[in-house]
Amino acid sequence: MEITPGVGCPMPSDPADRVQLGHGGGGGLSQRLIEELLVPAFGPADGVLHDAATLAAGPGELAFTTDSYVVRPLVFPGGDIGRLAVIGTVNDLAMVGACPLALSLALILEEGLAMAMLRQIVAAIRTVAAECGVPVVTGDTKVVERGKGDGIFITTSAVGRLGPGPAIGPPAVQLGDAILVSGDLGRHGVAILAARQELGFSTDLQSDLASLLPAVQALLTEGLAVHALRDLTRGGLASALTEIARGGGLELRIKEAAVPIAPAVANACALLGLDPLAMANEGRLVLFLPTAQAEQARAVLQTFQPEAAIIGTVAAAGSALGGIVLLENAYGVLRRLTLGQGEQLPRIC
Amino acid sequence: MSALLEPYRRPEQVRRLAAELHQVITRPWTLMEVCGGQTHAILRHGLDRLLPRGLELIHGPGCPICVTPAAAIDRALELAARPEVILCSYGDMLRVPGSAGRSLLEQRAEGANVRVVASPLDVLAIARDHPGRRVVFFAVGFETTAPATALLAHQAWRAGLTNLALLVVHVRIPPAMEALLAAPEGRVQGFLAAGHVCAVMGSEELEPICHRFRVPVVVTGFEPVDLLEGVLRCVRQLERGESRVENAYTRASQPRGNAAARALIARVFEPVDQEWRGLGVFPASGLRLRPPYDALDAGSIQVSFPGIPAASPGSPSGHGRSPRHNTVASVCISGRVLQGLDRPTDCPSFGTACTPERPLGAPMVSAEGACAAYWHYCQRDGSAATGES
Repeated sequence: MEITPGVGCPMPSDPADRVQLGHGGGGGLSQRLIEELLVPAFGPADGVLHDAATLAAGPGELAFTTDSYVVRPLVFPGGDIGRLAVIGTVNDLAMVGACPLALSLALILEEGLAMAMLRQIVAAIRTVAAECGVPVVTGDTKVVERGKGDGIFITTSAVGRLGPGPAIGPPAVQLGDAILVSGDLGRHGVAILAARQELGFSTDLQSDLASLLPAVQALLTEGLAVHALRDLTRGGLASALTEIARGGGLELRIKEAAVPIAPAVANACALLGLDPLAMANEGRLVLFLPTAQAEQARAVLQTFQPEAAIIGTVAAAGSALGGIVLLENAYGVLRRLTLGQGEQLPRIC
Repeated sequence: MSALLEPYRRPEQVRRLAAELHQVITRPWTLMEVCGGQTHAILRHGLDRLLPRGLELIHGPGCPICVTPAAAIDRALELAARPEVILCSYGDMLRVPGSAGRSLLEQRAEGANVRVVASPLDVLAIARDHPGRRVVFFAVGFETTAPATALLAHQAWRAGLTNLALLVVHVRIPPAMEALLAAPEGRVQGFLAAGHVCAVMGSEELEPICHRFRVPVVVTGFEPVDLLEGVLRCVRQLERGESRVENAYTRASQPRGNAAARALIARVFEPVDQEWRGLGVFPASGLRLRPPYDALDAGSIQVSFPGIPAASPGSPSGHGRSPRHNTVASVCISGRVLQGLDRPTDCPSFGTACTPERPLGAPMVSAEGACAAYWHYCQRDGSAATGES
């Protein structure tokens, strides 16, 4: 995606057109970077910078979250690191039912990063922040020597306002709750693996990167008694369910055949020896709510992703043995779902 | 589900085959699935729990990284420690501890240039892109990966690449099958042969084993329908007192295998006596580079520089991590697990001192190791792999 002059951020080309150490040194180059790239993108409107942003929080409770983003390649099918850095943090707020009020943006740039790439990422951040309705109110930029970073690392934090309903989170999960996913799984993980071009396969798959805020707001607006939400990022559904099961001493039973996986994701995982349930997502959530509301919740989620599905139930609670996730396969056999061991590595044969 | 695999996973087919097995079987039988990929598929899909009581599947040594000797991993660690070396291997190989308990992944975290490749031919590109570095491919695996290594060797030799070397630990399945049958403790009555190996080498080369030991050998695939079909055919032979090589994986495997791949292996490699980690040395069970390709052998790279201790030979079992990693219990019975003599859950360290995060032995590491399969797929009680219904 090239930024057309006049549409993107109007920073003039640097002679070297690459990030230099001086861009983080606090001198003239830093000033230029801020004044010509970041302030035009994010404000403040009057251009006057202070040490801290002030927020009008209003009544009620706040939610606060932070996350760091490292991804290779920086631009991937379906998104880029800038878009990811905003959506990931907005999604974290959405998982407690909060609407974002303000976002902070910290950029760690590697010396030598192409200015065009930085401009593209900053433009993406501006666009997606506007889409999510969250202003970028404070930020920081540092530059590290060449070889000490991977182009760009981004940290975003966000404050959000909680809605009036009961607290949403794993402690609210109850025996008998239905478990739903908001769409098909594993697209982000497979798209990134393919984009790295190291495994010798290509695919038309795009990352599922998307804000989950509209779907969560729609569920809450329907008056559904959402007990818990978790966005399915690294580690995929396997990690999210295992954490929730362990945290609450729950036995979760999942019907393997009910978990939606796109054929392209299933085929890539089958060839590479990877588990689609452990593949990363960036625009999918798992939802716990009373079984009586499961069909209604699925209908709401399907207005955003037609593949949204009811995948299981909370079969036991308060177990002294600790939590467990059991997958029931198409042959009626149960097996335990375990966490992957960090990096998913393709098998030998 | 994967559209490619759907026909081989159909629940009605699986149930039909399981029901047929229940009808056919009249007494207990012990079968070995040779390949670790089959072990994982059996446990992942819970096929063991669909089998009739008394029909036991024991798990074979067909996990390439499990049987790679510790000394070879030590050699890879030594080479990776050299500043000019880029060491490439398959993903799982990086996790397996050598004799001192260190893995290539740990070495990478300390700054070594260690890379995961999916195909040996990727190594050719890395070598071309880094003319100033010495690129070493740690080539492991059975007859399934040997042709790709052979192709790499041939292309590197033809291109005159001087900065590429191969650390070869390729092993051959038939000598291991023979050794398991000849072992006094052995109790294998029938084999599910590894379909992928037979796709390369053909089922022919299993005929002598079948005749000498009078065991049924059924070439078997990796999906639920394939596996139950293989089990059913093997049990049918046993019930009838037959011992034949039978092909239940015709969509991939032919009697003569893949002629081009076999020719490539024969051109580049020659059989050699080979140590299998935890099992011992089997005659002619390994492959080494033959002239002129032996010029690429990483064995000829001298490793002697300060700060890197020489490799110590592996312990007799060859699998245990050093005490510094485990002060509580460092018992590892993976040698017996790889021979099918014990189940992973028979090991006192299973799930306690030994987990995929902190493995004592390679079978807990690999995507094809039996211990990892039990860890990932068996329920709390560890029940698996014995007919229960």
